[in-house]
Order: sequence, then structure tokens, then C-alpha cells
Amino acid sequence: MNTEERIKKIVDDNPIVLFMKGTPQFPMCGFSSRTVQALKSCGAQFASVNVLEDPDIRANLPRYSNWPTFPQLFINGELIGGCDITLELQESGELARMAKEAQKAA
Amino acid sequence: MTGAVELNPARIARMRELLTAEFSPLQLDIVDESHKHAGHAGARDGRGHFRVRILAAAFAGLSPVKRHQRVYAALGAMMQTDIHALALETRTPDET
Repeated sequence: MNTEERIKKIVDDNPIVLFMKGTPQFPMCGFSSRTVQALKSCGAQFASVNVLEDPDIRANLPRYSNWPTFPQLFINGELIGGCDITLELQESGELARMAKEAQKAA
Repeated sequence: MTGAVELNPARIARMRELLTAEFSPLQLDIVDESHKHAGHAGARDGRGHFRVRILAAAFAGLSPVKRHQRVYAALGAMMQTDIHALALETRTPDET
């Protein structure tokens, strides 16, 4: 499986997945950390990929998603955005709704 | 890390040029936030952290993710060479 196929499998297999620097327990970047907090605050169950430990995904995901930075949040296989968009969605209550929908469908 | 911060005024000027050409914004603020991140792992590569606020009619009808993708595309290679992270606020005149 090449890296693009691996990425596709990850976003297809996990209704909510965050590609981040570090782990939810030990985020290695402020933007990743804030995004994790936003997801946790609305009770979302999410998978995570530490791109610092997976250089192939770190190098190839930006091309796959047309998004140059981390973190990147995917829900139901679709790029939702990075830290700013996730926080905006949390503030508006939309993130909780999307997370609930995604978990229901899973 | 030293040396990188001095590059930032030139980086901001270049970002302003690219974003103005792409979006003809009604308002464009670019703030250097690199100092907030000095010393953390992501700052060590010498690229900058910036906050960009753009008010432009060009964003009408686009989702947040598409708006940000348009901004990243307009900045092109700068995202690899000069910019480590971008905090983005993208609005249309109707959303003010």
C-alpha cells in the first residue's frame, strides 16, 4: 500500500480522525493541542495520527488534502480544516453536531 | 532561530502582494505572531507564524475549508519556505 492509499484507508476507516503533531495526551504543538481540546469538549470520539512519527504521511497528506499545515481534521473522509476552522465550528455548536452525526453513522 | 525574525517584514510584504493580487481585499491585516511561538519545536525551522485577516467578496459562497485552501494556494511556495503556520480569518462584506 502506498502512502496515499494508506491515508485514504485511515480517513475511510475512521469517522473522525485528526492528523496532528504529537498525541491527544501529549500534543507537540499549540495548534494541535487546541484542536484536540475542541474535539474533547464536544465529547467527540476520534482517532489520531501523529505525523511527527509518520514522515510519509507528514510529507504526503498536504498534497492529498490540498492543505499545507497540521493539524488536519477529517470527518467522514472529508477535510474539515485546521485549528481555526475547528475552533469556529466548536463555538457555533456545529462541531458537536457533526461529531454526533459521524458517530451515529459509524 | 536568530535571523529568521528579521525576515518577517519582507515576508509580510510579499504575502500582502500575493493576497492583494488574488483577492482584491477590502481589508487585509497581517500580523507577525512568531514571537508567541519562539522556542517551541515548530519555530525551530526559522519560518514564521502569522495571523491574516482578509475581508473579500471573493470568498462569497465558499465553505471555510475552501476559503483557506484558496489562501494557501495564493501563497504558494511561501507555505513551504517562509510560513510555518497561518491563523486565518476569512470574511465577506456580508459577514461583517
